[in-house]
Amino acid sequence: MRFIDEYRDQALAQQYVERIKQITTREWTLMEICGGQTHTIVKYGIESLLPETINLVHGPGCPVCVTPLEMIDKAIAIASKSDVIFTSFGDMLRVPGSTQDLLSVKAAGGDIRMVYSPLDAVKIAQQNPSKTVVFFAVGFETTAPANALSVWQAKQSGVRNYSILCSHVLVPPAIEAILSSSSNRVQGFLAAGHVCAVMGYEEYLPLAEKYRVPIVVTGFEPLDILHGTYMAIKQLEEGRVEVENQYSRAVRREGNIPAQKLMRQVFEVTDRHWRGIGEIPSSGFRLRDEFSDFDAEKVFADVATITVQESPDCIAGLVLQGLRKPYECSVFGTKCTPEHPLGAPMVSTEGACAAYIRYKHVPSASAAGGRA
Amino acid sequence: MCLAIPGKVLEIDTSGPLKMSRVDFGGIKKSVCVEWIEDVKVGEYVIVHVGCAISKMDKQEALTTLDLLQQMGDLKTELGTDEGSGKGI
Repeated sequence: MRFIDEYRDQALAQQYVERIKQITTREWTLMEICGGQTHTIVKYGIESLLPETINLVHGPGCPVCVTPLEMIDKAIAIASKSDVIFTSFGDMLRVPGSTQDLLSVKAAGGDIRMVYSPLDAVKIAQQNPSKTVVFFAVGFETTAPANALSVWQAKQSGVRNYSILCSHVLVPPAIEAILSSSSNRVQGFLAAGHVCAVMGYEEYLPLAEKYRVPIVVTGFEPLDILHGTYMAIKQLEEGRVEVENQYSRAVRREGNIPAQKLMRQVFEVTDRHWRGIGEIPSSGFRLRDEFSDFDAEKVFADVATITVQESPDCIAGLVLQGLRKPYECSVFGTKCTPEHPLGAPMVSTEGACAAYIRYKHVPSASAAGGRA
Repeated sequence: MCLAIPGKVLEIDTSGPLKMSRVDFGGIKKSVCVEWIEDVKVGEYVIVHVGCAISKMDKQEALTTLDLLQQMGDLKTELGTDEGSGKGI
């Protein structure tokens, strides 16, 4: 057992689809939270396999997509400085700022390095004591512990030339923002499995209860998505409202407590602006005061004043809240493409718009149980 | 970005400030921080995200889920839906 191939079985997927068809009696709208799940759904053509009465809408769980444009411009401003080594996960490097992206800064001579882990960025700082090393710390609760660990480790090891540009966001406040909107049409959620691997799922219980929506913690393989969909539809058809855990092989109810503890030691909750959605109260993390020496926005105070406007053509906010499908946008695939994205969901491969562009040509039936 | 991949723990090193391990991802071996997986053992599978293990794979739960999925698959035969596909239960 390698915990991957078993969950891509084509024959089983098709039989599972039959079972979902058998229990579905009316229209339901579900939202998958995570961009990784959106990617699986579009790649394997899962939407086209399900009954037409099940509408899967794609949520805001793509950190690359929801990182504000002005934060990208701040990253570019810092990375352009001569004494800086700017480090980042690869997918942030090609996100366009208001005038250019980080790869353009690199091409112009900026020292920008792609890292696999924030711990690698701390090593770069140790190896380059005369430079200031900045890591672009974006992500949801899945990534927050590793980014917190890098700051904690730098402090413990006396590494003073390391800081993070922090733009962390949290899932439950985004779910609440969607559910409390008067235009909401989401009736059930597939919660993000890896966020819950860290956080557990107790914080979803009050949300399910308050808004009367089933929430199913779901994994990322095609059979996980089908299983999570089945569990959510079954709850809706039976009139139940529960938080269930499809991804039990990886997610415990209480989550990963040591990771949570370190994360809370380094970060505190703050209001955050979500690209395409706007300000959501208490929806992100910032560094605690005792770690402010590691806050790139304080180390480089000149970037604090950067503000920018989004393209007026982009309907990202509606897409990220599940109110529009990507192809319902007037500039989808024309003025807005993965090469020249106008808005957030076209930027990352996990973004809903980019996923539709990339995989829409794949015949859904043969792709359903294919292997990645 | 929340992509996390299961890998098999090959060795564990507790000599440094962080508990580290060598993890095999289908042939590709990488150094992974397992600081937050308190009872991790060699031979077990962990789920790794950006160089840190965030959870241990529970083999029993994985088998249970696969059993459930398999039972769903068997249902088609039980219901004879090869002839009556789409008729419902």
